[in-house]
Amino acid sequence: MMGRAASVQASSGLQRPASLWHRLHIDPLLLLLLALVAGGGLIVLYSGADASMAAVRAQAIRFGVAFAALFIFAQLDPAVYRRWSPWLYVAGMAGLVAVLVVGVGAKGAQRWLALPGLPRFQPSEIMKLVVPMMAAWYLSRQYLPPRFRHVVIAVGLVLLPMGLIIQQPDLGTSLLVGAAGMFVVFFAGLSWKLITGFFALLGVAAPLMWHFVMRDYQKQRVLTLLDPQSDPLGAGWNIIQSTTAIGSGGWSGKGWLQGTQSHLEFLPESHTDFIVAVLAEEFGFLGLATLLAAYTLIILRCLYIAANAQDSFSRLLAGALTMTFFVYIVVNIGMVSGLLPVVGVPLPLISYGGTSIVTLMSAFGVLMAIHTHRRMITA
Amino acid sequence: MAWGEFKDTAAERRLFQRRALVMLGLVVVLFGILIGRFYQLQVIEHETYTTISDRNRVQVRSVPPTRGLIYDRNGTLIAENRPVFSVTLVPERVGNMDATLERLQALLTISEEDVERFRRRLQEPRRPFQELPLHYDLTEQEIASMAVHRHELPGVEVSAELVRHYPFGELNSHALGYVGRVNREELQRIDPVNYAGTNYIGKSGVERVYEETLHGRVGYEHVETNARGRTLRVLERENPVPGEDLVLHLDMRLQQRAFELLEGRRGAIVAIDPRDGGIIALASVPGFDANQFVTGISVDNYRALSESRDKPLFNRALRGQYPPGSTIKPMLLMAGLDSGTVTRETTIWDPGYYQINDKGRRYRDWKRGGHGWVDGRRAVAESCDIYFYDLGVEMGVDVMHQYLSGFGFGMDATLDVGGALPGLLPSRDWKRGMRNEPWYTGDSVNMSIGQGFFLATPMQLATATLVVANRGGWVQPRMLKDVRGDTPLDDVLPPETMEDLTVDNHDDWEFVVDSMEDVMHGPRGTARGAAEGADYRMAGKTGTAQVFSLAEDEEYDAEEIRERLRDHALFVGFAPVDDPRIVVSVIVENGGSGSGTAAPVARAMFDAWLQMQDSEPTVISQAGEAQP
Repeated sequence: MMGRAASVQASSGLQRPASLWHRLHIDPLLLLLLALVAGGGLIVLYSGADASMAAVRAQAIRFGVAFAALFIFAQLDPAVYRRWSPWLYVAGMAGLVAVLVVGVGAKGAQRWLALPGLPRFQPSEIMKLVVPMMAAWYLSRQYLPPRFRHVVIAVGLVLLPMGLIIQQPDLGTSLLVGAAGMFVVFFAGLSWKLITGFFALLGVAAPLMWHFVMRDYQKQRVLTLLDPQSDPLGAGWNIIQSTTAIGSGGWSGKGWLQGTQSHLEFLPESHTDFIVAVLAEEFGFLGLATLLAAYTLIILRCLYIAANAQDSFSRLLAGALTMTFFVYIVVNIGMVSGLLPVVGVPLPLISYGGTSIVTLMSAFGVLMAIHTHRRMITA
Repeated sequence: MAWGEFKDTAAERRLFQRRALVMLGLVVVLFGILIGRFYQLQVIEHETYTTISDRNRVQVRSVPPTRGLIYDRNGTLIAENRPVFSVTLVPERVGNMDATLERLQALLTISEEDVERFRRRLQEPRRPFQELPLHYDLTEQEIASMAVHRHELPGVEVSAELVRHYPFGELNSHALGYVGRVNREELQRIDPVNYAGTNYIGKSGVERVYEETLHGRVGYEHVETNARGRTLRVLERENPVPGEDLVLHLDMRLQQRAFELLEGRRGAIVAIDPRDGGIIALASVPGFDANQFVTGISVDNYRALSESRDKPLFNRALRGQYPPGSTIKPMLLMAGLDSGTVTRETTIWDPGYYQINDKGRRYRDWKRGGHGWVDGRRAVAESCDIYFYDLGVEMGVDVMHQYLSGFGFGMDATLDVGGALPGLLPSRDWKRGMRNEPWYTGDSVNMSIGQGFFLATPMQLATATLVVANRGGWVQPRMLKDVRGDTPLDDVLPPETMEDLTVDNHDDWEFVVDSMEDVMHGPRGTARGAAEGADYRMAGKTGTAQVFSLAEDEEYDAEEIRERLRDHALFVGFAPVDDPRIVVSVIVENGGSGSGTAAPVARAMFDAWLQMQDSEPTVISQAGEAQP
């Protein structure tokens, strides 16, 4: 406390003497929250992966890589992101087109790009960062709130990559990319009239989407959500087993490693997309509430960072990245608990899996960069 | 800052902060909905989902009871349960199927047929992680070699099942019956709950009659299984109630003796203890090895058995319906005496033939030239046909039918042997009903010497003789002597239904018994040769059953007739006369004469049993001293 008080006093001068954290461009509070959730996630993962230490080790290594990415992204000045935004966007779009042409993948979806000399990667994953950057770059050049013309262009910049990602097909990622871009438009001051109009349009468009855009398996997922019992051993299986796992957990859960639904293999994807059911089964309502509380604290901290960002680009980007993180959580938990159709969205910081963790931590790195590169122009 | 200079940064910041607050509200609302959803699932509907979760993982599995064992009267085990080991594979756990099968074929003697069947099953749709059988009934050596090499063979398991085994093989196949796999028809009859885990059911004989007692009651196991149906642990268990062990009246030593006596022949022996009705030997020769039927007999083996000219599958003792021939003469004599048709002093003249009237057909006596003057006692001792022709015609079919019914003919008077046939005791009504013809006097002539329509099984002949030995007292033949368990015998043994055959003058029984004693010991008794050298007195009656009938004046020459067309040799008897302890009926198919072939067999049975009665009961080794 003493040291901090001293530094506050000193900051009233021309330049604020940077603490160690500040020099590292790390926000310690956000880092602590992320580490707590990630650590708790490893404990749940150990159970969800059927007491497999190997899975925990692999995940821990991914966290190492992801935190390294966070650290690197935190070092760059937001101005750098802003300057690079258009070029990254063009490169990302090229990547998405390349995926559709020469991409590799499995199960009828092409998502990966294997370029010589580079590790295999998913351009769509990168677009989760690049699309909000591009939208923020564009809108921050305009007077805010934006005029209708600028809104149309910004939305177009978002819909273009979304459409390409849907072609892969990868509904989950395209929704996240789209959400990230749209949050930028919203934060920029999209008029409430347009927002209301958009949702009204969505209401009209939904039936048309159902008939002309959605694929059969996607329709099936929606139908299954409405009535899982119609196909209890097929499409309804996942949702029945996950709600059963959650419900049987009760107030305080069956205890760590004691979840019968997951350990007896009734719960599918118990260490990836459906891991929150393992948490709810073994740690109960209290465990789930604790997790949501931790997520809420992270979101609060990030919104605080966004609100205190110094320029529009940083603000819009920080706000959009924060809300993307929120969308991850809502879509995943909503899906597992039977409120939303099954969409392949992992639970951030907890689900087993590589690419999304790195993207996510990179986004937090950008947030930290925004927070720690503020210029203290006081007085 | 090339751009943004002219922008109202403060207003933009305020705008953003307002929007951020809206988003914060969205976060609170949506997280609130999630929390509400989890509260609904985990707190409000917790019970429901706990039930579903338990139903998911906990399965109730039935545990079949162990079938009761069967012992003979001396405690010799005659039906046991043997663990049969088979090799099963879980394809999902087998790494390299071809290599594994090759290795197993090197370790065990697995036929190509087994492997082909296994591969066929492998192609069929099935539940994952389900065990597929490859090879049944491993030898001890194979079990040992599997135990040694099992760790090299992932996914290969040796599983055990208790299967019925009859140590004496064909000796008891007709006496005990056997069990076999439950078939579709039986599935509809049995209690599906109690038989939930049972694969075998009594198909015939004692195994079938006492199925309920032998089977026991099914137990349950609550087991935790995973989504693939693999059992992980047993949570709770209600043990099955094993079937009760049965003790039969059968004496394996006597049973063995019966098979020895009929070796190389076709025939049947039924021996009953007249004091309690216990069936002490029940032999139908040739027999078959019932063990083959338990796990399922191969088509070739079954064809060999069913097409054999010796009919090993045919239970002659219970289901062989033969003309009883002269063996029923003592019972008819009793009928004649009690109905007043004849007296003990009544004599007739036997010229060697019998005519209903002067112009009628001549019914021949077996003895050319006849027996001269004969009374009832001599008529039985020497088996005079003419006396009984006359008696039969005088009594008429109704009286004969009435008395012979009292001896158990024309019905199944056994309590629990299972599958015994009733034979055929003809009557006026029967002939009218079956043939739409009146009863002719000639029919009575035939009936009086046990020919014509009259058919009886060896079991019925022994039963009727038992009634004579007991001087009219009925004890119905039975297999079950005792239940080793809580159930009292009376609860499982069917109740007796036959009433004692009471006659006006009880001394008539002694007269009939005397006549049968004369058969064995009289100077002209037809079976006197068979009784020679005995230190006890016995009673009997010989008989022959014609396989085809002779024309009126035809001569019978056994030498000329092919063996298969020779008469069946019959004999019934009991011993000792004054305190009967064994009743025997013998039939030797195509054996020729009752006195020459069947009577010595009965004598040997008397000797064996009476000697055994004086010695300690012994348990026979199960090593299978069965007859080939």
